[in-house]
Amino acid sequence: MATVKGEIVVNTERCKGCELCVPVCKEKTIAMSANLNSKGYHFASSINDDCNGCTNCALVCPDGAITVYRVKLKEEKVN
Amino acid sequence: MSYIPTREEIIEDHDNVVYERTCLLTDNPLSYCPGCGHGTAHRLIMEVVEEMNLQADTIGVAPVGCSVLAYDFMNIDMQQAAHGRAPAVATGIKRLMPDKFVFTYQGDGDLAAIGTGETLHACNRGENITVFFVNNGIYGMTGGQMAPTTLPNMKTATSPFGRDTESMGYPLKITELIAMLPGTYYVSRQSVHTPANVRKAKKAIEKAIQYQKLKKGLCFVEIVSNCNSGWKMTPEESNKWMEENMFPYYPLGDIKVPK
Amino acid sequence: MKDIRLMKGNEAIAEGVIRSGCDGYFGYPITPQSEVLEYLMATKTKERTGMITLQAESEIASIHMVYGGAACGKRVMTSSSSPGISLMQEGISFLAGTELPCLLLNVVRGGPGLGTIQPSQSDYFQAVKGGGHGDYKMIVLAPASVQEMYDFAKLGFDLAFKHRIQVMVLSDGAIGQMMEKVELDEQIPRLTDAEIKQKYPWATTGKTPDRERNIITSLDLNPVKQEIININLQKKFKHIEETEVRFERIMCDDAEYLFVAYGSSARICQKAVLLGRARGIKVGLLRPITLFPYPSKELAKLAKQVKGMLSVEMSAGQMVEDVRLSVNGAVPVEHYGRLGGIMPAPDEVLNVLESKFIKEKNYELHTN
Repeated sequence: MATVKGEIVVNTERCKGCELCVPVCKEKTIAMSANLNSKGYHFASSINDDCNGCTNCALVCPDGAITVYRVKLKEEKVN
Repeated sequence: MSYIPTREEIIEDHDNVVYERTCLLTDNPLSYCPGCGHGTAHRLIMEVVEEMNLQADTIGVAPVGCSVLAYDFMNIDMQQAAHGRAPAVATGIKRLMPDKFVFTYQGDGDLAAIGTGETLHACNRGENITVFFVNNGIYGMTGGQMAPTTLPNMKTATSPFGRDTESMGYPLKITELIAMLPGTYYVSRQSVHTPANVRKAKKAIEKAIQYQKLKKGLCFVEIVSNCNSGWKMTPEESNKWMEENMFPYYPLGDIKVPK
Repeated sequence: MKDIRLMKGNEAIAEGVIRSGCDGYFGYPITPQSEVLEYLMATKTKERTGMITLQAESEIASIHMVYGGAACGKRVMTSSSSPGISLMQEGISFLAGTELPCLLLNVVRGGPGLGTIQPSQSDYFQAVKGGGHGDYKMIVLAPASVQEMYDFAKLGFDLAFKHRIQVMVLSDGAIGQMMEKVELDEQIPRLTDAEIKQKYPWATTGKTPDRERNIITSLDLNPVKQEIININLQKKFKHIEETEVRFERIMCDDAEYLFVAYGSSARICQKAVLLGRARGIKVGLLRPITLFPYPSKELAKLAKQVKGMLSVEMSAGQMVEDVRLSVNGAVPVEHYGRLGGIMPAPDEVLNVLESKFIKEKNYELHTN
C-alpha cells in the first residue's frame, strides 16, 4: 500500500521541452504534452497518478520548471 | 484503507512542497538551450547560497561565453568580466572585500584558453575564491567551435573533420593541473546530468563554498556538462555521449580534498 | 611643519595614493616605473592604512583586478609603461563601458614595440583618443614635476569618483625617475565598507534586502539600450570638457609666439621661453595639465594674439593635431619632437621656433 503520494506542477512557460525529466521518473509519470507553450515548446506534464514525490525530475530540470509536492498518507485505523 | 487526497488538495498546501525553484534565481527565463547543464549548475549554486543565507555577502563574477548573462539569472550582486579574466576580477574583489563570498562562473574557453594565465595564477596565489568551471568541450555561445577541452576526433565548427591532435593539440586537463598547485584547497569534478550526480554536485558546491570561509586557498568545482546544440544531439543523447566520451577523459569525483 | 621629502616621481605618486585613501594597487614590473610597486611593497601599505598591494601575473591581470575592486566602490590603481598599457586596453575599455572610477599611471617610454626605456610622449593618441575599442574618453592628467606626480594621485581619485570615470596620469620615464622635493599632505582615511555602500549605491557590495541586485556590466545586446548607454557616456564627456580643463600659462600675456607642451617637454620649453626672451623673442608657453579635456578654448583665444605656435612633444607629432584643431587654421602650427627616447635641448627647440616662424635661417639640428 503506498504510504506517500506525490504531485508535480510544471511551469509550462518555463519548460523548454528538453525531455530530460522523462527518463529519470521511475514511475513513468511524465510525458511531453501535445500542447505547446507560448514559445512553441511541448511542455512536460504528468500523465498518471503514480508520482511519489521523489524529486528526480526537478533535480535534473535545467530550467527549474518543476515543483514537487509530497504527502504522507494517514493510516486509518482499521479494527 | 488510508484516505488519498486529490491533486488539488496536495498542491494547495505549500507545506507539501518537497522541492521548488530557489528564490535566488530571478524570474528571467534562462537563455540556455533546452537541456543545457548551465541552467542546472546555476540552480544548484543559488540553492546553496540561499541555504547558507549568503545572498547579502556574495559577489559573483560572470565570464564571456554562454553564461555571460549569468547575472540576469542569479539574484545576487555580480560583475561581468572580460573573456578569461574572471579570476583576476575575483582576486580584486576578494582582496579588498575579504569577508565577502566571491565566486567566478566560467566556461572551458574562458577558463582554459584565453584565461589560462589568470586561472593558474589565481590558484597559485591561493586566492580565497571559489571557481565554478563548466566544461562542455566546446565554445557554445559563438556557435560550437573547438575548445581546449574538445576531445580528440571530436567534430566542431573549427575542427569540422574532428580534432586532430597532431595539429590541434590534446584536451587540456586544467583541473588536474591546478589541483597540483599548493594554493588550491579543494578541487572536485562533478556533473549534473542525473539525479544522483546532481546530489553529489550540490555537496561539492556546498563544500567549495564553506571552505572559502576557512581562507585556506582556492576551491575549484568543475562541472562536466553537455552542449546538445554544439554537439548536434538531443539533450538525452548528449548526456549519454558525455558519459561515454567525456567522462573517460574527465573522470568525476573529488581530485583534491583537504587533509 | 610640512612633511617635505626628496623623492622619485614614481615613489611620489605611490606615496600620494597611500595618503589619499587608496584601497588597492595591482601592478606588474616594467621599466621605467617598477618603483611604484617596489615602494608600495617596501612601505607595507597593509600595515600603514590597510591598503592592499598585489603584484599580478601580467598587466592584463592587473587591470582586471582593478576592475573587480573598482566595481566594489574601492579606490584602486594600477601603473605601467607603454607596452604594459597597450596590454591593458581591453580592460580600460571595459572600465569605460561600466563607468568605473580608478587611477591609471602610464610612465611612457619610447616605442613602438619593445622600443626603449628612455622617456617619450608617443602614447598621447592612445591615452587621449582612446586605445581600446568603442567610443570612450578618460580624464588624462600630464604631470610636469615630481610634486605633480604626488598631487595627481589625490586629484585623480577625486575626479574619478566625481565623474565615475577612469583617470590616467600620463607621465614619462624622465619624470618617473627624476628626484625632486615633494610636499606631502596629511593622511586621508580610507572609506569604510559602510561609507562606500552609502556613497556609491551602484557598487557590488552584496545584495541586501533593501535594494535590487547591482550588476556591473558593459554588455547590452539590445542596440536601442546600448545607444542610450553611449549617448549618456558622451554627455558625461561633454560635461567634463566644459568643467574640468586645467592648464598653466607661462609668460603668455605679451607673447607673439607660443610653445604648446606638456610634461617633460613643457619643462624644456619653459627654459626655451627664458632663452627666447633673452634673444628679444616674445615667446610664451601654454602647458596643458589635462590632455583630456584639452584646453582648446584657451588656445583658440591665444591664436588671436600670437603669430605662430610650436607644439613640442617627444613624438612624431600627436598633440599637434589637437593644437591645430583648437586654433582651426587661425595661425600656423608646427610640430617639433625628438624620437626614440631622446629629449631635445631648450636652445634646440627655440632655434626651431625661430627658423619656422621668424627667420629663414635654419639651424644645424642636433644629431649625435
